[in-house]
Amino acid sequence: MAKRLPKKDVVIIGLGWTGSIMANELTDEGLEVMAIERGPWRDAPTDFPPGYMQDELRYRVRHELFLRPDQLTFSFRNKVDQTALPIRSWGAFMPPNGVGGGGVHWNGEMWRFLPSDFVLKTHLIERYGAAFLPEDMTIQDWGITYDELEPFYDRFEYLCGTSGTAGNLRGQIMEGGNPFEGPRSRPYPTPAQAQPFSHTLFGKAARELGYKPFPQPSGNLSQAYTNPLGLKMGPCTYCGFCEWFGCSNYSKASPQTTILPYLVRKPNFTARDNSEVIRINVDKSGKKATGVTFVDSSGQEWEQPAELVILSAFALFNVQLLLHSQIGRPYDPVAKSGTVGRNYTHQTVSTVSGFFDPKKFNFNPFIGSGSIGMCIDEFNGDNFDHGPHGFVGGGYMGQVQTGARPIESTLVPPGTPKWGTAWKSAVKEYYLSTVHPGAGVHGSFYAYRDNYLDLDPTYTDRFGRPLMRITTDFKENEIKQNKFLTDKFAEIIKAMGADKLAVQYRTGPYDITTYQTTHLNGGAVMGSDPTTSVINRYLQSWDIPNLFVLGASAFPQNPGYNPTVTVGALAYWAAAAIRNKYLKNPGRLVDA
Amino acid sequence: MLSTRLTVFTSLAIALSAIVSAKAGDSDPQEFTQIDRGRYLAVLSDCASCHTVPGSNQPFAGGRAIETPFGNIVAPNITPDPETGIGSWSDDAFDAAIRKGLRRNGSRLYPAMPYPAYTKMSRDDVLAVRAYLNAVTPVRNDVVVNTLPFPFNIRASMRVWNALYFKQGDYKPDAQKSAEWNRGAFLVDGPGHCGACHTPKTFLGGDRTDQYLRGGFLQGWSAPDITGDTRVGVGAWSAGDLVAYLKSGHNRVSAATGPMAEVVSLSTEQMTNTDLKAIATYLKSLSGNQDHPQTLPKEDPAMVAGAAIYRDQCSACHGIDGKGVAELFPSIAGSSMVKSDDPTTSIRIVLRGARSVGTKAQPTAAGMPSYGRQLDDAQIAAVLTYMRNGWGAAAAPVGTADVARVRADTASRPD
Repeated sequence: MAKRLPKKDVVIIGLGWTGSIMANELTDEGLEVMAIERGPWRDAPTDFPPGYMQDELRYRVRHELFLRPDQLTFSFRNKVDQTALPIRSWGAFMPPNGVGGGGVHWNGEMWRFLPSDFVLKTHLIERYGAAFLPEDMTIQDWGITYDELEPFYDRFEYLCGTSGTAGNLRGQIMEGGNPFEGPRSRPYPTPAQAQPFSHTLFGKAARELGYKPFPQPSGNLSQAYTNPLGLKMGPCTYCGFCEWFGCSNYSKASPQTTILPYLVRKPNFTARDNSEVIRINVDKSGKKATGVTFVDSSGQEWEQPAELVILSAFALFNVQLLLHSQIGRPYDPVAKSGTVGRNYTHQTVSTVSGFFDPKKFNFNPFIGSGSIGMCIDEFNGDNFDHGPHGFVGGGYMGQVQTGARPIESTLVPPGTPKWGTAWKSAVKEYYLSTVHPGAGVHGSFYAYRDNYLDLDPTYTDRFGRPLMRITTDFKENEIKQNKFLTDKFAEIIKAMGADKLAVQYRTGPYDITTYQTTHLNGGAVMGSDPTTSVINRYLQSWDIPNLFVLGASAFPQNPGYNPTVTVGALAYWAAAAIRNKYLKNPGRLVDA
Repeated sequence: MLSTRLTVFTSLAIALSAIVSAKAGDSDPQEFTQIDRGRYLAVLSDCASCHTVPGSNQPFAGGRAIETPFGNIVAPNITPDPETGIGSWSDDAFDAAIRKGLRRNGSRLYPAMPYPAYTKMSRDDVLAVRAYLNAVTPVRNDVVVNTLPFPFNIRASMRVWNALYFKQGDYKPDAQKSAEWNRGAFLVDGPGHCGACHTPKTFLGGDRTDQYLRGGFLQGWSAPDITGDTRVGVGAWSAGDLVAYLKSGHNRVSAATGPMAEVVSLSTEQMTNTDLKAIATYLKSLSGNQDHPQTLPKEDPAMVAGAAIYRDQCSACHGIDGKGVAELFPSIAGSSMVKSDDPTTSIRIVLRGARSVGTKAQPTAAGMPSYGRQLDDAQIAAVLTYMRNGWGAAAAPVGTADVARVRADTASRPD
């Protein structure tokens, strides 16, 4: 029997980036906010101390910061006619757990999406005609434009102290930045990070091939910064332990470094950690959320009533909680009906390693940061004419030297034996002279009718609820896209002076065991049409107006960038809608 | 409806406290000016530090154990509860306790209650504090205060102590000095009772007046010299640096941690800038001891080892140049604490880590991680010796035995 807690104005499910942003915005409004987080409390100096954080075995190989699959997992299959099996060890992606969420262990890449990404379907049909798109592709417009989101991109970038070089300042193309980006109202808050040798070489080779390379925008800061909440960040030390790890130098933007110390001082904010929300409760009308039910670490069930429910967990958990709470209509790919679980996407990532002459090149790969990098954007989105190539989508590509952590940095040229003396001497010979781009080719993953999320008919979790089932595969469009992009990337690595290349295309079938990125998107997408979206343009549930669903689950499809900046901007956008519109007149913000 | 509500309970509590306080002492619950002056004096005096259990929502209800070299003394309930607090005390009794160290039955208080400093306040000041305390919510909390072991539990021994160390009397301004300096001296020596931690003590716990504010030791921490000494005191800080430190817990070189973190959040953060400036003016006017020890040569083995450890373990935050990041990571090169004669706090911070204070102006509250696990005593001694003699500084080397002592002393501490 659930114990009932006193009612709050707002309950927030998940205290990562979006939960922290929303909690801060709504406490500013004077509301009583309770955040409920499944994982533990985590704080920079005590949980990510430099004394032991740089431990690749513990954090990378053994997934220290991530959800344990025996607490909660998903089942997986490639195709609708297959039987899904539970994921027992994370592979293709790493579900976050704990305060800070993915903001703790990310690399810090801070990309905005292209203006055309937000009106993708309209744009592509206008340029290439409807027949150019694959038959089963279910891409759609977002219901929001880049220009509407720009002020909120700006807010998130300034919250984080983002280091970068502007490419388009209020419509003026700026030398040294990304000429393809949408217009930004201000320069980045801090200059781009310093680039190591391999990046300089990549930039030179790219320029000689006619491209316009620029530094990757970074959430690992080039210099000390004080954000608008008065929180201080330190300069990145290029230690090379970003992705999979927390940063104790206060250099990587995270909820811990940019919001939480400010938020926890507010008397109208409360957080509960180690408490898993298992259901959003809905009243008899089915049109109003009454709060949530959660289970604490002693197994006790609690009901937390609230006037407003913010679902701000990781994308997959958002969709799973909607399905378990029977909110909205589950998507059916055969009947093409329902919306919850529809347009689930991931990323199409590949890389090219370059092996250089050890006598001439020493890249000092120990200088690393998750988001330094020299990149080009010529082949992203619709920045180039897709007409001759027979696919849509694209991605950025670049040399991103993320460090030389010993377990995963043992790269050897193709043809080297996989073990023994020859392997060892090749590792030694090439350790300092190999270019192994962390980002490489970072391609889009568009939506398809039969890539989706639903409830598994066989496997259940510890509460007896069905696991959520992931059905996903790479389609011909993405494989063609990746082949085209990877070949272009290989040309640049070759032009840098590499003697040998190891080209690793992304091919099908989609592999759930090998890491790509943790950029899982969709399943509760935003849009203007309730028959093809779960939430409206303000991230408000079509079915339950006092429920907002934040995060990448809102992306109708995934562009060729990292998602965090758009996730953060959308959280600020939704918060502004709640503060300026919803609180004045609680109800649907958009007529269906 | 989404709205924040003032709970009925809060209003009731205010009403109840008004009823009780009408009976407590002679103060008038409508004397706004006096009550508000008393509130500020209670801030200056940092009453909450001892009389409120940290994290408790019952201000001044007592019950916090105050650690002294002689044993623990539990701070009493000073809410206006008539039976367990001070509600039934007369104003004279309250004044005698604050300024003379006398209990109601005529026996002596222990100087963990800083009456030797509070005596500098006027009777008006003390009655204002009383008026304020009368206006707080009464809490029923019976505190057993004397938990000292024999023979310190005999209060009569305080007669001797008072004869040796207690000089009763209001603050007497020095006519040769500015009003600001005199205000600073009053705040430092009176309500602020800075010497309680920063002046070294005799074996009986009395002030060593010849070492006034040159650094003390308490609760496993060495409190630094806060005279105008440019090497180990605050002489190299501008008045603005001192004000920033006291107001926000952080400045361009340093950050408050340990017991001082609590002083900042409960007391100095809430002081006016005018008062903080007065404190700075006064402290900077004190000459300190101005010793100039020889710097250790770079070739000294401890310096060589220390430089290497510093580069590997410390420089990521504190910088190769030792300058840190203003208001985030303290400057080692500019730190007077690092060069203090008593290295206990520096050793302790390296061994166990420390958390700086979060304030309204500086909410980040960065932390120093613990290195006690991966650095042994000799390595910690070497890196501290390097810090004390790097970047043109000079201070006596830290010995391995010093680190071993602090490691042992702090091993069982809960903080």
